[in-house]
Amino acid sequence: MAEITYREALNAAMCQEMDRDDSVFLLGEEVAEYDGAYKVSRGMLARYGDRRVVDSPISELGFAGLCVGAAMAGLRPICEFMTFNFSILALDQVINSAAKMLYMTNGQIPIPIVFRGPTGAALQLSAQHSQACETYYVHAPGVKLATPATPADAKGLLAAAIRDDDPVAVMEGELLYNVRGEVPDEEYVIPLGVADLKRSGDDVSIITHGKMVHVALQAARTLAREEIEADVLDLRSLRPLDADAILRTVAKTNRVVYLEEGWPYAGVGAQIVSLIQDEAFDDLDSPVLRVTQADVPMPYAKNLEQLAKPGVKAVVEACRKALYTAGTPA
Amino acid sequence: MARANREMGAAVAGIEGPEAANGREPAAAAGLRGFSREELHGLLADMLLYRRFEEKAEEAYAIGRIGGFCHLHIGQEGLAAGAIGPLRGDDLVITAYREHTQAIAKGIAPRAVMAELYGRATGCSGGRGGSMHLFDTTVGFYGGHGIVGGQIPLGAGLAWAIRYRGGDQICICFMGDAAVNQGAFLESLNMSAVWRLPVIYVVENNGYGMGTAFARVSATEMEARSGAYGIPAHTVDGQDVLETYRFFEELAGRVRGGAGPQFVNAITYRFRGHSMSDPVSGTYRSREEVESQVEERDPVAILRERLMEAGLLTRGELEALDAEARAACEDAAEFADASPLPDPATLYDHVYAEINPHGRLFLDGRPGAPTGGRARVDGGGRHG
Repeated sequence: MAEITYREALNAAMCQEMDRDDSVFLLGEEVAEYDGAYKVSRGMLARYGDRRVVDSPISELGFAGLCVGAAMAGLRPICEFMTFNFSILALDQVINSAAKMLYMTNGQIPIPIVFRGPTGAALQLSAQHSQACETYYVHAPGVKLATPATPADAKGLLAAAIRDDDPVAVMEGELLYNVRGEVPDEEYVIPLGVADLKRSGDDVSIITHGKMVHVALQAARTLAREEIEADVLDLRSLRPLDADAILRTVAKTNRVVYLEEGWPYAGVGAQIVSLIQDEAFDDLDSPVLRVTQADVPMPYAKNLEQLAKPGVKAVVEACRKALYTAGTPA
Repeated sequence: MARANREMGAAVAGIEGPEAANGREPAAAAGLRGFSREELHGLLADMLLYRRFEEKAEEAYAIGRIGGFCHLHIGQEGLAAGAIGPLRGDDLVITAYREHTQAIAKGIAPRAVMAELYGRATGCSGGRGGSMHLFDTTVGFYGGHGIVGGQIPLGAGLAWAIRYRGGDQICICFMGDAAVNQGAFLESLNMSAVWRLPVIYVVENNGYGMGTAFARVSATEMEARSGAYGIPAHTVDGQDVLETYRFFEELAGRVRGGAGPQFVNAITYRFRGHSMSDPVSGTYRSREEVESQVEERDPVAILRERLMEAGLLTRGELEALDAEARAACEDAAEFADASPLPDPATLYDHVYAEINPHGRLFLDGRPGAPTGGRARVDGGGRHG
């Protein structure tokens, strides 16, 4: 087991799968000669050639649709979006074609495709380049969604996504690419739908996914200084959703904060709250709280951006509020 | 003429081959483009089948057997017979939502198409697709897509897969004239040219995108639309099925041989409204215009008259062919009517190809939703 970056782990997953299956190919903007806008596909052009590692024009709708068409014919494309912000241009093909194809065809045409790239905010990239796109994808039956937070999860979940017979979005994070961690060298696949308890505590549950796992862990460390021990549950995939793990942590702590990078309205947290109140109402000792991005487009100015992003302080305050120990509710 | 498809064993209506040609020589190449009498009768039989099928669908819609949107191909049948007819069985076709006859032309049985329009389990999409989403991959028919232009990048992708695997099939991607104003069209043409994909983009140019004349919302002519990407543009008279057939036969061969993507402006006309809710004529086109098209440019009548004038078709033969077409459509409707509705227990089938063993894929909490291998916690209960 070597310590590598999240970026290298994604690369390792793609190579692992391209080595074992010729029908897997990578297509997207800057993936070949430039080595990837974020260098995720470094070296892959040299290794696999331009038949399987393909630079596309800047045509998100077009190349996403082309990849879906290739999947209709049985190939297994990895369609890279430079960021998921740009994939909004391609949503017609994601939702109307990829997500619905199997159903409309009565099971004749599966779409084994991966859409991958970073989601969410980085630093001062402003409104159009700083948004979490999870709900656009997870909203549609037919799509699966994985959100790796660590290098090991990045390798295992991306490999699972490539092997899956359905459209799977793998949402990464610009600020995660340099994160280092231990990653198995051997063939490694983490099944979709299995959440991971990243930290164990009895007092409050912070449930989250993706990049926010790191914010949750920081918040948990802060709370530990006040002798509040938090469970940090990383969902890892939002569809399939590990409802059992959610219900387990609720039963254990009876208090829940959902943390996500996206907007609150119809956000991922809204679904999780619905699930908990529906199936674990009697386990709750306080209302389930959500920490999200402020309900505004992301501002550019550093101070406003900080205000808009969900951060450690807001999570800590929400946890205190859930425990009725808050002086200043979030 | 769906000949190849019939040879593949696909059930394209019960049209028998014609009787011996009474000692008459095959038609002169000049007038009838080198088609044998048998081939000509086959083409006419196909065209009659498509016409009668759509008339039957129209009738079924009127009495509520068919619901939703329903777009008839009447007037445009020459492009089903003439463009799809020359294809190989393993070539691929993808198209928009006015596709009933194209599906039949590629080899889906009229029964399976009609049953799909009726929303029955025996339909070619199991009743999940309806009029706009007909599919049968076993005959290379990839739908049936409802978003204008949405099928164009998909067609490029089918062609991409052919090239990726080193195959020698081709893909025909049909679209209506309005689709060329979608970004998806421009993006797909560019990529197809860059990667030299084996695809023929065919515009079924009936002059109107729903109720908007092409010229009213288009800055340049149809033929100019592909040149910016270096893709050759061709124009063909879609009402002349013999010309259309020979044209696509030749073009398909060239694309199969590596000529790269092609763009075809096929001139045609829609004899019915945009959909069942649109009157044949009215606000956006005059009754006179439609009547003159029906009178002078009916692709079925043009072929029929040409055969009769050439002495290649008797009144009796025509009546026999037409009776067969009508019988096949009657049979399709009876089959559809007698077919079961989809089983309610299948509501959640085919949302996903792979039900992962962990986690929930369905979040509606309804009974019957697959749970992904683990027992669901019953509503309101505590998790143990």
